[in-house]
Formats: sequence, structure tokens, C-alpha cells
Amino acid sequence: MTGLPPFEQVLTDHGRTVLRVCRALLGPDDADDAWSETFLAALGAYPRLRPGSNVRGWLVTIAHRKAIDQLRAGARRPTPGGDLRDMGELGGRQAPGEHDRIADGELWQAVASLPLKQRVAVVGHHLAGLPYAEVALLLDSNETAARRAGADGLDRLRRTYTRGGEG
Amino acid sequence: MTPDLQPPAGSPDERLTALLAAGPDVDEGEAARLRDAFVADTERSELLDVAYRTLDSPVGSLLLAATTAGLVRVGFECEGHDRVLARIAADVSPRILRSGRRLDDVARQLDEYFARRRRDFDLALDLRLARGFRRIVLDHLRAVPYGTTASYAALAAASGRPAAVRAVGTACARNPLPLVVPCHRVVRSDGTIGQYGGGVEAKRLLLDLEVRPAG
Repeated sequence: MTGLPPFEQVLTDHGRTVLRVCRALLGPDDADDAWSETFLAALGAYPRLRPGSNVRGWLVTIAHRKAIDQLRAGARRPTPGGDLRDMGELGGRQAPGEHDRIADGELWQAVASLPLKQRVAVVGHHLAGLPYAEVALLLDSNETAARRAGADGLDRLRRTYTRGGEG
Repeated sequence: MTPDLQPPAGSPDERLTALLAAGPDVDEGEAARLRDAFVADTERSELLDVAYRTLDSPVGSLLLAATTAGLVRVGFECEGHDRVLARIAADVSPRILRSGRRLDDVARQLDEYFARRRRDFDLALDLRLARGFRRIVLDHLRAVPYGTTASYAALAAASGRPAAVRAVGTACARNPLPLVVPCHRVVRSDGTIGQYGGGVEAKRLLLDLEVRPAG
């Protein structure tokens, strides 16, 4: 069979990956809506997808767009959580760890605190596996800038991540 | 699998990118709950072209698939449920999800049939998978009463093409809705049982079930 597999297969194969991407971008509380919107949009467009397409890449791209929409809509409203675009230095927000490691929850808290562009670049490239050229499209930017945002984001996380080990 | 207990080997950078690539933990139960809510949403929004479920029966696991118009396919285990679903994706729509809701009534009526508490099905049928002469044959098949049989030749005559006995055989073999459209009630003129999509054993079981006295 060369056609598209039943959408059930898409949901089974990629549902958890998309949820990870949504959680990494939005945190656990807001991820569910983005996940549902991603799969509703994907189901609607699915019959037009070319058979043999990279379904995972297609889905994580939709997920990023939904999450970015949600973040931008949120940034326009004053939220008790503060400004999502820049939370300042991360280092001061965490107690120094005794070991050269960081709890999973803390890492994702740190990711969620990255400025939007850095967060999209880090999650899009490292978790979702998108090439920087595609990350750039998500950010209305160019590949060089996307790559730099990814490096800057990783740099911030690295400072948080290795601090305990260096102390 | 908890990254904070077992940091990946390598430099801090490699460990960091490995943790990022693994993504945040996702609880199995939460993922399942999201999935169920999503499927319910798709039914409400009419984005779901085909819903399916399976049903255990005396003739093996049955695949039941329905469009918004009605039951579109009943598949036997021996056909391979995955193969049947792939075929539906190609012939009807790939917008297919496992969802019991649309098929609850179908499953209940089939259960009643196998328990010999039902002789006729009262279901909306979507016969789009049978066209032309095959469709005509199926329409005549639906008139063959419970507990009786008809010959391929008689069905060919009823369908207006008395010479098309072989074509009637093909129409029965490719019946997209076996059990509900009772192709198991068609037998050879010489009295032998003939072929069946669900296997000859299943056909025998169904014919026996329908003539056995109730009780």
C-alpha cells in the first residue's frame, strides 16, 4: 500500500513526541491545548499530505506554530507569570546542585524561561529535530539567526546545567 | 529512564543536548487521556471520516468501520485488520481513528445476532465500496431471509443477469459488509457450502447458528 496510512497510525506513532514538544515550549499546563490543536489541524490537512512525507517533521512544525501563536497571544496580555520573552539570568533562580546534573523538571523549567526565539530554536532543533533552516521559517528569520538563537539558548542552559558540577 | 538519576555519558554539553533530545517526561495515562478527548473532539467537529473498532465474535475478531453515512466495512480477522484499514484509507479517506462511539450500536446488534436474539440488522449502511453490478447483487442479498439460503445462480437471476453466476460469486466474495449483508446465505446450486471471505468454517458456523432452534 503506497497511500497514506490511517491517521490512527500517525497519532500512535507521534502523539507523545508532539506532547513533549508542546510541553517543552509551553510548560505542562498550557501544552494540552496546543497538542489538541496540532492534531486537529493535522487531521484536517492530512488527506492533502504527500504520501512518503516526513510526518514527524510535519507534525512538530504544526506544534511549534500552535505553541508560538499561544505564546504571542499570552504575551499580549499581562499575565501573573510575568514576561515570557525574557526572564533574565536563570542562574539566580535555582539553588546550586551538589552534582553535575539537573533534575528533568528543572531543565524544562529553564527551557520554558528562555526568551521565545531561543526557546523555539533549542526545542525545535534539539528536541523536535528540525534543521535550523526550518526553525528559521518558524521564527520569520534566517538560518544564521536561528542557529545563533539556538547557540545562545544552549549557552544559557549550559550555565544553569553545569554550575553545580563546577562548584 | 529518569534522566536526573542517570545522566548520559560524555561532556556536560553532550549530556545537555541528549536530555533536550529526550524531551520532558510524558506520563502514559495523560497521553491516553489527551488522545481520548481528541478523538471525541474529532467526532463532534465531523473531521473524522472513518471511525473503527474491533469486536470479538464466534467467527474471530471483527473490524467494524463506519463513515458519517453508516457502516462501511466489516473485516474478518483472516483478512488482516491492518490491511483492511490501509485499504479503507486508500478507498474512502485516511482520516481514520479508533473510536468506539460511532460503532456502539453496530457492535450491540452483532452481539445480539451471535446470541441469536436478533435476526435482522437495523443499521445505516454506507455501500460506497461496492459499485455497479456488485452493488446490485448486494441489494438482492439483503433480501435473503435469516435462516434460509439462496444459490449463486438464483441470485444471478434475481440481479437480472442469470448467466453472471461467477460475477455474483465475486460480488459475494468482495462484500464489504459481511454478516450485515448476508453473503454467508449464498451457497452452490449443488448444495455444497461454497467459499466465504471469513473462511468456510465461519460460513458453516453462521448457517448453523441461524437454523439452530432458539433456546
